[in-house]
Amino acid sequence: MTMDYKPAIHFNDVSYSIEDNQILRSITGSFPEGKITTLVGPSGAGKTTLLKLCNGLLSPQKGEIFIKGKKISDFEPVELRRKVGMALQSAPMIGGTVYENLALPMELSGDKLGKEEAESLLQDVGLEAKFLERKITDLSGGQRQKVSIARTLVNKPEILLLDEITSSLARTSLKEVEELIALINRKFGTTIIWITHNLQQALDIGDYTWVMMDGEVVETGESGLLRAPVNDRVKSFVQGGAE
Amino acid sequence: MTYLTLSITLIFVVIPLVLSKTLNLGLERDTIIATIRSIIQLLLVGFILKFVFDSESLLYIFLMVTLMIVAATHNARNKGASIQGITWKLAATFVFVEVLTQGILIGLNITPPTAQYIIPISGMVIGNSMVLSILFLNRFTAEVESHQDETELILSLGGTPKQAIHRQLINSIKASMIPTIESQKTVGLVQLPGMMSGQIIAGADPIQAVQFQLLIMFLLLTTAAVTSVMLGFMSYPTLFNQRMQVIQRS
Ligand SMILES: Nc1ncnc2c1ncn2[C@@H]1O[C@H](COP(=O)(O)OP(=O)(O)OP(=O)(O)O)[C@@H](O)[C@H]1O
Ligand SMILES: [Mg+2]
Repeated sequence: MTMDYKPAIHFNDVSYSIEDNQILRSITGSFPEGKITTLVGPSGAGKTTLLKLCNGLLSPQKGEIFIKGKKISDFEPVELRRKVGMALQSAPMIGGTVYENLALPMELSGDKLGKEEAESLLQDVGLEAKFLERKITDLSGGQRQKVSIARTLVNKPEILLLDEITSSLARTSLKEVEELIALINRKFGTTIIWITHNLQQALDIGDYTWVMMDGEVVETGESGLLRAPVNDRVKSFVQGGAE
Repeated sequence: MTYLTLSITLIFVVIPLVLSKTLNLGLERDTIIATIRSIIQLLLVGFILKFVFDSESLLYIFLMVTLMIVAATHNARNKGASIQGITWKLAATFVFVEVLTQGILIGLNITPPTAQYIIPISGMVIGNSMVLSILFLNRFTAEVESHQDETELILSLGGTPKQAIHRQLINSIKASMIPTIESQKTVGLVQLPGMMSGQIIAGADPIQAVQFQLLIMFLLLTTAAVTSVMLGFMSYPTLFNQRMQVIQRS
């Protein structure tokens, strides 16, 4: 990866396994600060696992991860997870209403989320204010994803990890969310790492791209690499998997 | 009752055996095993109790209660295998419940410190505590499993393990206590509690029997609450590590 930028996150020979099952192998590389890096690869490649390592939901058995130059193991877990926010792949919800879900990050630290603030968050992700009192169980898959994104933004993370956040969104909503993330990136200089299975999206929104396969990072560079990959496996992945 | 009349009561075992045979229920073997075991176990307990009561020795009372706790622990621990150190957590819970209830009963002079009171009451308390812990562990394991993503969500947003598991913990504690509370709401309306019936048959004054039954029921409320709360708060930390992560298993 180009070294023109300071890394927001740096992986140094990181391996992760669950018991005998090796899931990530010797990952080395950086995610540049203030940029959008897209993360693509076939199902089961280890993309979600890699993001969970970045916000401390998992720790590697081998190697070291640095967040803005500081060893990840030197962070307090709670501090790390607020600084490096993650929108999880399945957009999980606690029960109750949309408001209760949006207020969750504040509640966990003993604070309250104002109603107006909650409404403006909803607006940011393209949901009307009336959704605030909706029951979570009454939401569509796409609406859940939007609530999940809004909730991740409540902590105002410096680094934002997004795991397939647009997979259930219709075309227009997808564009709205892409624009929102690009805006957050430009306005606050937030570093974005975005897993997507939509290669066109990876190309459109990414400054940089990592391609992962079988627990390894096989190609990294400016997102344009997806148009002309060097690695043969990446080539066939890009041809076969493009949507 | 003489041993002769007791043996005539075996008629009540023959009836289900005949039914099982004619309807092909396949329960003959289990019925016979259950009958033989109950005869041997209860007679044995009867003789031991007689011996302990006659000796009036605190040491024997202590040994009996210890035996109850060991048996209850052994029985309950198979249900919570996925929780680390469950054997000691169960044993600690039973010991605590026993000490707490007997401490109050004897300390406040509610019951005298004799084998006649300590042993049957301990049996009921420890037995109920055992059932409660099995209920609790079953429910907790299921809750944790089915709400894994919620736990992960709360941790990912910067919540602590306690916050991440709070809802599952409270749900399991509540669910395991509900049968105890519910059964007390209807007590006496449909059936008389076993202990009270036994006392009345043995010739005790019904009002006296009721008073004792009330004492036991209140005792079992405490037992239920203390058991599930204590077990719950000792169990949940074993699901997480020092880095506030869910311990991963393949
Ligand atoms: N808790 C776990 N126990 C066992 N195996 C796991 C666990 N979590 C992940 N894995 C395995 O690790 C591998 C990588 O999983 P991961 O979820 O990181 O893939 P992914 O690239 O995000 O896939 P997808 O695109 O389908 O989301 C998979 O083979 C998966 O089965
Ligand atoms: Mg994934």
